Amino acid sequence: MTLLQLNDVTRHFGAIKAIDGVTINIKPGEIVGLMGDNGAGKSTLVKLIAGNFPPTSGTMLLDGEQVAFSKPVEARDKGVEVVYQDLALCDNLSAAGNVFLGREIMKGFGPFRWLDHRTMRTRAAELFAELKSETRPRDMVRKMSGGQRQAVAIARTRLAQAKLVIMDEPTAAISVRQVAEVLALIGRLRDSGVAVILISHRMPDVFSVCDRVVVMRRGRVVADKAIAQTSPEEVTALITGAKAAA
Amino acid sequence: MNTISTQDADAADLTSVMKLSERGWLSHLLRSQEFWIVVAILVICIAVGIMSPQFLSVRNLANILQNFCFIAILAIGMTPVIMTGGIDISVGSTLGLTGVSLGLLYSNGASFEIGLIGVVLIGAFVGLVNGVIIAYLKLAPFIVTLGMMSIVRSQTLVVTNNQVVYDFGPAQDMLIAVGAGSSFGVPNVLWAVLVLGAAMQWALTMTRWGKYVRAVGGNEHAARLTGIPVDAIKVSVYVLMGALTGLTAVFLVGWLGAATNALGQGQELQVIAATVIGGANLLGGFGSAAGAIIGSILIEVIRNALLLAGVNPFWQGTFLGVFILFAVMLERFRTARS
Repeated sequence: MTLLQLNDVTRHFGAIKAIDGVTINIKPGEIVGLMGDNGAGKSTLVKLIAGNFPPTSGTMLLDGEQVAFSKPVEARDKGVEVVYQDLALCDNLSAAGNVFLGREIMKGFGPFRWLDHRTMRTRAAELFAELKSETRPRDMVRKMSGGQRQAVAIARTRLAQAKLVIMDEPTAAISVRQVAEVLALIGRLRDSGVAVILISHRMPDVFSVCDRVVVMRRGRVVADKAIAQTSPEEVTALITGAKAAA
Repeated sequence: MNTISTQDADAADLTSVMKLSERGWLSHLLRSQEFWIVVAILVICIAVGIMSPQFLSVRNLANILQNFCFIAILAIGMTPVIMTGGIDISVGSTLGLTGVSLGLLYSNGASFEIGLIGVVLIGAFVGLVNGVIIAYLKLAPFIVTLGMMSIVRSQTLVVTNNQVVYDFGPAQDMLIAVGAGSSFGVPNVLWAVLVLGAAMQWALTMTRWGKYVRAVGGNEHAARLTGIPVDAIKVSVYVLMGALTGLTAVFLVGWLGAATNALGQGQELQVIAATVIGGANLLGGFGSAAGAIIGSILIEVIRNALLLAGVNPFWQGTFLGVFILFAVMLERFRTARS
């Protein structure tokens, strides 16, 4: 069974082919590393999957159903969540406030509804406990470490019951100890059956958590291999173009 | 579907973690801007009370409680504007326009209710124009409302032809009763401050709208990505500001008994000062209605105290300015420590 299927997908911006004939299949619970140099087409591909724009040609299937998103909210409704590099959190809100941002739980009677802070805090605490994170629901995000922020962003995707989570450079700006924490969070997403696309420049991260690695260069997929059948050296050669394809 | 089972998350463990994160109420109080401004107000009151005992007379305190209300209603409206990271410097002019419009409506025979609704709508319309230009044309709030400040003040002169309105037709008695009268021993305008302040505080902390106002000010980009209607939220805060300005005009004109076209001139700065002294952050994301009210009281106390202490009134601006700087430094100090 395939969760996400891209068949010969191409996206043009004017005369520029940002991605060109990409075919990728992702299964539930699979962690796929997406690597490539700047300008290789990674972010265009990710934006396409996340629903920012539809492909120029080719088809995209989610759970066997053909989809054509033109707004991120449409992709989110189908279970595709993105954890952005800058994390897209509000520093002035609590952890629980961020987890439930845009998906608030309300209570009240009749037509009068108001925020149910207590339920949201309890639910957020449960999510953090599941992720084995020490993040506390009431804490302000601005006082948090990079790892805790990632936990908040990932808890958001858990709340949405995402099937596919796209993570954009989640370990780029955090300390070594927190990298391990974030990689463990990604592992827990997989354990609950969520597929993850991990965009990273860090070879050790990709090789420690991913099942497969997809390498892009100049808008094309030049390799799509199981981690066990490749090596950091080969991937580096594929990224730079020293090796044409594998 | 993919829900992680929650049964392994030990419930007892969970509550202990949540309790741990609850701050003691005392440390919470000591960290709040509102508390320190209340302390400042009390210190000023005691100091001036010793120097000039008439300051603490019932009559003078009642005077202060009446006078601060006009700034306070406007500051309650300014709070969500500043929380989104915006600002509205056209409020003084809008107060002028809604004030003279109220006078013109009444002098032409409008009923009290029609005049009230009319000026609230005029104020809301000014806010709507501000909000739409800021949200959809993405121009800086300061510049947009600076332009609006000039337009609206000029329109105030245009519609009145520089005449003072003091004939309020059939609505006269009702207008004076609302603006200058009391209910249950408390000035009507003070009731308005209390009710509006409580409603705004509730809206900011307990509704989706309030949370989105906070989120837009905290990280507009993030708010957009999570699907929050950022532009509509921005428009809403300016419309609300304008509507509350119209409401203030009803109380103010009723209190003064006349509508002059200089009404509200320079008042935008006092309103912004009150909001900021009360803990709103001009960069967005933080603020409270309670803080706005307390900030307004401080401004009125300073003004009143200086007059009674016999200080040359030219010094008022200096004292107010020092307090604004003091409040901003206090806020920096608090956030750095916590």
